[in-house]
Amino acid sequence: MTTTATEHLLTAEGITVRFGGLTALDDVGLRVPPGGVTGLIGPNGAGKTTLFNVLSGILRPTAGTLTWKGGPPPGRKPHHLARAGIARTFQGLNLFPLMTVLENVVAGADRLARGGPLSLVTGLGRHHRDEHELRERALAALERFGVSDSAHRLPGTLPYGVQKQVALARACVCDPELLLLDEPAGGLSGGQMDELAAQIRALGEDMAVVLVEHHMDLVMEVCDHIVVLDFGRVISTGTPDEVRNDPLVTRAYLGTADDEGAAR
Amino acid sequence: MSTSATEREPRAAESAPDRGRTPRRGWSDLPSPLRHLLFAALALAAVTGLLLVTGDLTALRMAAVGYTMLAVAGLQLLTGGSGQVSLGHGAFMMIGAYTMALLVLNLPMLPLAVNLVLVVAVAVVAGIAVGAATARLHGPYLAGATLILAVGLPGLTHRYHEVFGGSNGLTVHTAGAPPFLQGLVSDSEWKALVVWTAVVLALAVLATISTGRLGRRMRTVRDDETAAAMSGIPVGGTKVTAFVIASAAGGLAGGLQVYVLGTATPSMFTLALSLTLLAALVLGGIGSMWGALWAALAVVYLEIWLSDAVRAFDLSKDVENNLPIVLFGVLLILVLRFQPLGLHGILQRLRALLRRAR
Repeated sequence: MTTTATEHLLTAEGITVRFGGLTALDDVGLRVPPGGVTGLIGPNGAGKTTLFNVLSGILRPTAGTLTWKGGPPPGRKPHHLARAGIARTFQGLNLFPLMTVLENVVAGADRLARGGPLSLVTGLGRHHRDEHELRERALAALERFGVSDSAHRLPGTLPYGVQKQVALARACVCDPELLLLDEPAGGLSGGQMDELAAQIRALGEDMAVVLVEHHMDLVMEVCDHIVVLDFGRVISTGTPDEVRNDPLVTRAYLGTADDEGAAR
Repeated sequence: MSTSATEREPRAAESAPDRGRTPRRGWSDLPSPLRHLLFAALALAAVTGLLLVTGDLTALRMAAVGYTMLAVAGLQLLTGGSGQVSLGHGAFMMIGAYTMALLVLNLPMLPLAVNLVLVVAVAVVAGIAVGAATARLHGPYLAGATLILAVGLPGLTHRYHEVFGGSNGLTVHTAGAPPFLQGLVSDSEWKALVVWTAVVLALAVLATISTGRLGRRMRTVRDDETAAAMSGIPVGGTKVTAFVIASAAGGLAGGLQVYVLGTATPSMFTLALSLTLLAALVLGGIGSMWGALWAALAVVYLEIWLSDAVRAFDLSKDVENNLPIVLFGVLLILVLRFQPLGLHGILQRLRALLRRAR
């Protein structure tokens, strides 16, 4: 952790989260460059999801600071961060179940609408043009993620793999600068995983991607930089090769990988 | 599972381009406020036509359908749109009604349009106060909090007897048809026209909101608050906004009711009214603003038909008073069991069947 904080998109410093007597994160630091893919790995209960929730504003840390583009974050609530350009997907997808796929994705593009509160309430002013643009963008995103055939279906009626692509489309439609992916490979078959790897690499060209993932193959394949958490602390950081060869990591993470597989 | 998916996929692929890619020319290309105003004008023309061929009694009933529909439509936006269940919608009607009555009594020189705008303003303020206090409450807790409002507010009229007139309420005289129309339309017909003009305008506003970006924000909040927030949608603000809009609709409906009936009493706005509005919404169809029309027709006409039936069979007064509520409950249970999307759901299914037959 000796890098100087130049040109970093998002920096987390000294993040500590306590739930009662349990310390979920202990003085964790993370630096996300403006592009590329950063992996966040660690055994179950290491604090990955907790850190993710801090980064996306859902959880307020007990101590520590977040820096967004060299300054304080634009607000403390999740929607402030989202409007500033941080998008995320969820482990459980969290699609809007009673809205069509197209509506789901249009909703994800909300921050791009330029009309003010008055146009929002009255439907006057920019509203009509906004709606048209959001719809066009959403259709383009559906096309990009290969799910435009399902535009008018409800998410619950679609196969899981398609739902995952819809969730990705919803997160990416608003041109985020930082994309947080929570276990994107969960429940996918081997072939789908290869497609996903290519997809994440492509996304890393356009924006910064932070990835929480259990599948080591995928992490090693797509990440430029990896942070390893164990019991709420950072135990190793570096390139995939550096992390792979770190004995601490082998002991903490890879040594228990089989048990984890069995538990799932 | 996989076979049915592959069977369905090609059909979706065929229909998606013409429905999604190339927008239809004409109607849907118009900005939505204009589209809804045009529709409102059509609806008003239809109501006017209906008024001209029917009598005075029907005019009053149609006025009742009008303001009930507006109240239910506000509730539809709140409950169907943003997922917040309010058991206190009648309380906002009451706020609107008493505001209207007090305005007519104390400031008789104000024209009706100004009164209605003031009624909406008061309802908005009340909605902000209640909505901001309850924005953090979910599901049954919100229902409970609004329930208190529906139970408690009528009691205020007894506590401040000299202002609100206690259980006798306030009686006002509102002007009927203007002199130059005397003989052409009766007072009741004129009042029904005024009510429906205000109602279709308000419904056009509600429909514009509901089909626009704000309506979509509400639906995301209804479906998944966390995902909505991570899509950049301010969850708390959206919920309060929905609450305030619903209050405004309820308040305006109450104001129009006083304009037609010339009286506002606490017994008009009991908890039973709030529950009836919610039940009627479910009966009519919670997913669509059209549901509000079927709901309003049901509220107004079910009661009338039932009283007629009770009188025909010569049953006691107690039966007459309670039968509508009982039947409403039974209907509600049947609808929820067999057709959760209400009467509008049934109509939509029929339409789909007809389209397939063609």
